Amino acid sequence: MNKPFATTLDVGSSLANHTGSWRTERPVYVDRMPPCNQACPAGENTQDWLYHAEEGNYRTAWESIVRDNPFPAIMGRACYHPCETSCNRGSLDAAVNIHAVERFLGDRAIALGWNIASSEERSGKKVLVVGAGPSGLSAAYHLTLLGHEVTVVEAGAAPGGMMRFGIPAYRLPRTIIDAEIARIVALGVTIRLNEPVEDIPALLEREGFDAAFVAIGAHLAKRVDIPAPDAGKILDAIGVLRELETGESMPRIGRRVIVYGGGNTALDVARSVRRLGEEAIVVYRRTRDKMPAHEFEVSEALEEGVQFHWLRTVTHMTGESITVEKMTLGPDGFPRGTGEYETIEGDALILALGQNVDTHVLDSIPGVEHSADGVVKVGPNMMTGHKGIFAGGDMVPSERTLTVAIGHGKKAARNIDAYLRGIPYVPKVKPALASFERLNTWYYSDAGKTVQPVLEDVRRRSTFEEVVGGLDETNALFEARRCLSCGNCFECDNCFGVCPDNAVIKLPDSAAIERSDSAGSPHSAPFAIDYDYCKGCGVCAAECPCGAIEMVPEEI
Amino acid sequence: MNVEAKETMNVEAGQKIKFYQTGTLTVGNRLLDEDLRTVQASEERSNAITSGHRACQGCGEALGARYALDAAMRAANGKIIAVNATGCLEVFSTPYPETSWTLPWLHSLFGNAASVASGVAAALRRLGKADIRVVAQGGDGGTTDIGFACLSGMFERNDDVLYLCYDNQGYMNTGVQRSSATPPTARTATTPAVGTAPGNIFGTGKDVPRIAMAHGIPYVATASVADLHDLERKVTNAMQVRGARYIHILVPCPLGWGTVTNATIRVARLATESGLFPLFEAEHGEIVASSPIRRAVPVEDYLKIQSRFAHLFRPTRDDAHLAALQAIADKNIQRYNLLRNDHGNDARKEAA
Amino acid sequence: MKTPIQLTPPKGPVELTLPKARQIEGSRAIAEAVGLCRPQVICAYPITPQTHIVEELSAMVKTGELMDCEFINVESEFAALSVAIGASAAGARAYTATSSQGLLYMAEAVYNASGMQLPIVMTLGNRAIGAPINIWNDHSDAMALRDAGWVLLFAETNQEAIDLHLQAFRLAEELSTPVMVCVDGFILTHAYEEVELPTPEAVDRWLPKFQPRQVLDPAEPITMGALVGPESFSEVRYLAHRKQLRALERIPELSAEFNATFGRNSGGILRTYKTEGAETIVLAMGSINGTIEDAIDELRRNGHAIGAVILTTFRPFPYASVAAALKNASQAIVVEKSLTAGMGGPLAADVTLALANTSTPVYSVIAGLGGRPIPQASLESIFERARDRELPETTFLDLHWDAVNQAITKELSWTPHT
Repeated sequence: MNKPFATTLDVGSSLANHTGSWRTERPVYVDRMPPCNQACPAGENTQDWLYHAEEGNYRTAWESIVRDNPFPAIMGRACYHPCETSCNRGSLDAAVNIHAVERFLGDRAIALGWNIASSEERSGKKVLVVGAGPSGLSAAYHLTLLGHEVTVVEAGAAPGGMMRFGIPAYRLPRTIIDAEIARIVALGVTIRLNEPVEDIPALLEREGFDAAFVAIGAHLAKRVDIPAPDAGKILDAIGVLRELETGESMPRIGRRVIVYGGGNTALDVARSVRRLGEEAIVVYRRTRDKMPAHEFEVSEALEEGVQFHWLRTVTHMTGESITVEKMTLGPDGFPRGTGEYETIEGDALILALGQNVDTHVLDSIPGVEHSADGVVKVGPNMMTGHKGIFAGGDMVPSERTLTVAIGHGKKAARNIDAYLRGIPYVPKVKPALASFERLNTWYYSDAGKTVQPVLEDVRRRSTFEEVVGGLDETNALFEARRCLSCGNCFECDNCFGVCPDNAVIKLPDSAAIERSDSAGSPHSAPFAIDYDYCKGCGVCAAECPCGAIEMVPEEI
Repeated sequence: MNVEAKETMNVEAGQKIKFYQTGTLTVGNRLLDEDLRTVQASEERSNAITSGHRACQGCGEALGARYALDAAMRAANGKIIAVNATGCLEVFSTPYPETSWTLPWLHSLFGNAASVASGVAAALRRLGKADIRVVAQGGDGGTTDIGFACLSGMFERNDDVLYLCYDNQGYMNTGVQRSSATPPTARTATTPAVGTAPGNIFGTGKDVPRIAMAHGIPYVATASVADLHDLERKVTNAMQVRGARYIHILVPCPLGWGTVTNATIRVARLATESGLFPLFEAEHGEIVASSPIRRAVPVEDYLKIQSRFAHLFRPTRDDAHLAALQAIADKNIQRYNLLRNDHGNDARKEAA
Repeated sequence: MKTPIQLTPPKGPVELTLPKARQIEGSRAIAEAVGLCRPQVICAYPITPQTHIVEELSAMVKTGELMDCEFINVESEFAALSVAIGASAAGARAYTATSSQGLLYMAEAVYNASGMQLPIVMTLGNRAIGAPINIWNDHSDAMALRDAGWVLLFAETNQEAIDLHLQAFRLAEELSTPVMVCVDGFILTHAYEEVELPTPEAVDRWLPKFQPRQVLDPAEPITMGALVGPESFSEVRYLAHRKQLRALERIPELSAEFNATFGRNSGGILRTYKTEGAETIVLAMGSINGTIEDAIDELRRNGHAIGAVILTTFRPFPYASVAAALKNASQAIVVEKSLTAGMGGPLAADVTLALANTSTPVYSVIAGLGGRPIPQASLESIFERARDRELPETTFLDLHWDAVNQAITKELSWTPHT
């Protein structure tokens, strides 16, 4: 071709014109903290494992969970899932049913016998864990992964602690507990049962342990003084639950059992009583919405026929009934007595008023301090006042939940590891929160949450069968895909598509992974901005569904 | 549970679940089969208009042109010749010595793009190169005003040309003057926001997609930069047929509309969601499909983010004109049945 | 029986059949000549007096007499030339025809085609421009767009119209520039004259297959029609000028080659008629030259030393050739069918400039506007006055002065209402 001068041009020649010089703001890919991750007491990278589950890469998803938490199947049932409470999707339609997906993955791992490989490198250090509850087992698991040799000593006859003795089987089948603990044992953790420890320093010395993690929980039931002149039957909730778990036969507690308290334990025990075929009546001093128990526990209990008496305090008990005082809520939200009394028929009273720590094993250890209710003081690294002895779980200041305990185990393990290696443990700096306002929710498909199947009522009043069923694969996949991936790129290609200047580049996967690692984020964007051409219009940032692009002023 | 099950998704479940997090709302979607993603999601897209062009920041037309032409390129296996009317798109893409086009491209005049394209198509037919397809493109001025006679001629002859009108509702290249596509009340340099009826006059303007339909041509559609899947599907549909085809694409202009530069897609989306810019397809003069509104909004939501409509809200609220604009949207909603609830992005419906 | 024109030239030696002279309408003759050039895209919009040309072509395409050609009925002249622009840019040989208002309606496309250097050939059936609307012949249309960058050739006879079209395609495609062939409306387009049309084989040898300089092609994409700013616009314009000057060299060469091929002396820059020893030389374009030649014959018989220059190539303007042709004359008379109001005859202005370095006076005769007949007697009368040095600088041939003066008087007496 003989192209005329100036009026006919060679294609694509505008690439010589670097329009990036127009820019006053530059788009930058960011990785933000998803609210689910931030809320998880066990530090699970929830968004990351959902990301893999979305693609059907269940093993990768499960492996992501167990990097932080060895109990996915237990978590998916017994965790009160603060991740879902904080889930941004809740502001859109309904929170992602995260726990159900976790349960699906956990169950699948058990069914397919997935195991965790331990690190090849061994440190040669030995760590003692006292207490085979969730915190102790979590610490043992993480310490083993970090290369240490761990022995768990447990006073009881079975490992699991509150998982086994505090949560009824209808919420957490024992086969699940056994399977997930078995996997920890298979990893190389030694668990010694029926071995109460009385002198920890002596045991350390005798068996050559380099450090100890003490997580003996809190199981001394709190009592209130209720006059019971006719020798009314007064029990404590933890004791009843333990009895249910360990007893040879189902205990006979009473015909009409009154449970006093409004926490989850109160409801666990009330619902268990229903399953024994008895009437269960919960008495609580405040209103339904002020109950510390989770709403689903209350509604499931009501479905199962548990009765409730709100705004009542127990003042007196006979063998046949209890006397309660009616309360009103003051403007501060606290109950006040009205001076009016009434009688509720009942032949047993179970107190579910919380637990204290049994500190006698710590009292003799030099340097270890605890408060009046037995809560042990630990430093930010979870070490007690005694060098090399760490503590966690319900016995240290915290919200006493299963997942917090598991989180303590992980945190303690990392600190113990640092202690053993003589280096400080520096946690990763957490990025800023991915708030709902940063999302462009237009792009997410409309999809309400998947409801898990529920056992029919009649069986819930007579058996300890699991109440809530799991999701099947299609449901689990659906649910995983409801994740909004708040604050982190999920490769929707919007930025790549919407740039009027073709100034977004797709990176090879390896580059994104590298950046992801350096940012410590679940999955960094596999994109880059071509600043030679980006004019800084901001359309990419505005149209990013998950808020993973930020506009930053240019320095001019 | 079946112990034989694979460690990754089993195929059956993968096929059963038709929900893909963002479905087809985003440009791409790693969960979708590649052939269900947009052309724009692919690194292999042709970038018919490439970087270095001099469009304003956030230009909807630059975006719309790449969206449409890349889709046409895919449909025609890269064999596309484009003819361009004078206008922003032409000016910002081809200042000597640089052109942003990567396909064979010709600019002749403001008002003759449709005719020039007819000539190209005739030549290709005669030269035995009918596998090469012709696309003509122009702004709303070059299409609905000065190029209208040529466009109508191309339509009635049913020449084998896909005409793409990038509608930014005014003469933006010359400094934002009114065109026959400028909406009522909009402020432009020739419809200033002064007097008792500020902005563009009610009762004026023309609906070129419907006029195109009246020619009985094989394919007419409206599309928007806010719905890429829909836009690409329509271009692809158009490329499946021979004869005169017309796609009218809404491409917001940050400069002329008075929107922030990052609002280009958002404001286009609101145009559709409010009912002011209905998305539909017609074949041989008959409507065959329309896109239902997904999240309905009042026209106010669309108007208030554009300074060209600022006089409707300040210093006092102009309820009469707002109601009149809402009535236009309502009429569209009724005419194209836009508030039925069958959009494809409800996961439950996708699965069904 | 008409000979079908096929796209592929016949291979091997061809027996050249001698063309036969035929008595046909000018438009038909032009249509057949265009057909022999194997255009691939023809676009047409009716406007008198050009219409018969495209009517004939449409019939030729429809009957198959002209094969492998797209005939497109468009909605306006603007579209007609625009279609030709597109077709040419896509690599097809493109043709259209127009007249008068039609040329003006396509005016910006006329400039565009030349600016893009597209070798389109267009016939202009010359006609006056309104208002007042007038369908008859003059050169106002060609003059209106004389500076649009096209080569403008004027035919004296229908035979020359045929020959100029054959030469126009050659020239256009060789130089990659558009060419307009001007034929006087009605006088040529509607006149039945005896003409000879060459054989298709001969034309195929004369005019090779169109090989565009630049073409829209996905295999080798280019951007055509870029925006050019002040930094390069002058250079683009200068190159256009250079191309026109190049055309000025090629036109006589092609004419000579045409003569050698077809045995007819036609085309070229200009022809002279009895200029030897002529004191007065009349210069004109188009069909009026026939009448001028008759007048000259008559005056020569009376001993008047007068001759004529028949100007064929008007753009590019052949200043040197005109100066040379008029070198020995003591005066020049330009007879032209156009008037630039307020200036005079535009052709006369060009001729004056060509003679700027001489003392030869140029007299302008404005004649035949809007189809007004130009009687030989009137011309003879003018030429005699010239001989007697009585001719004013500008003469309006056969103007009805009584009507003009009445209108002037009326105009002068008009006062606005208060």
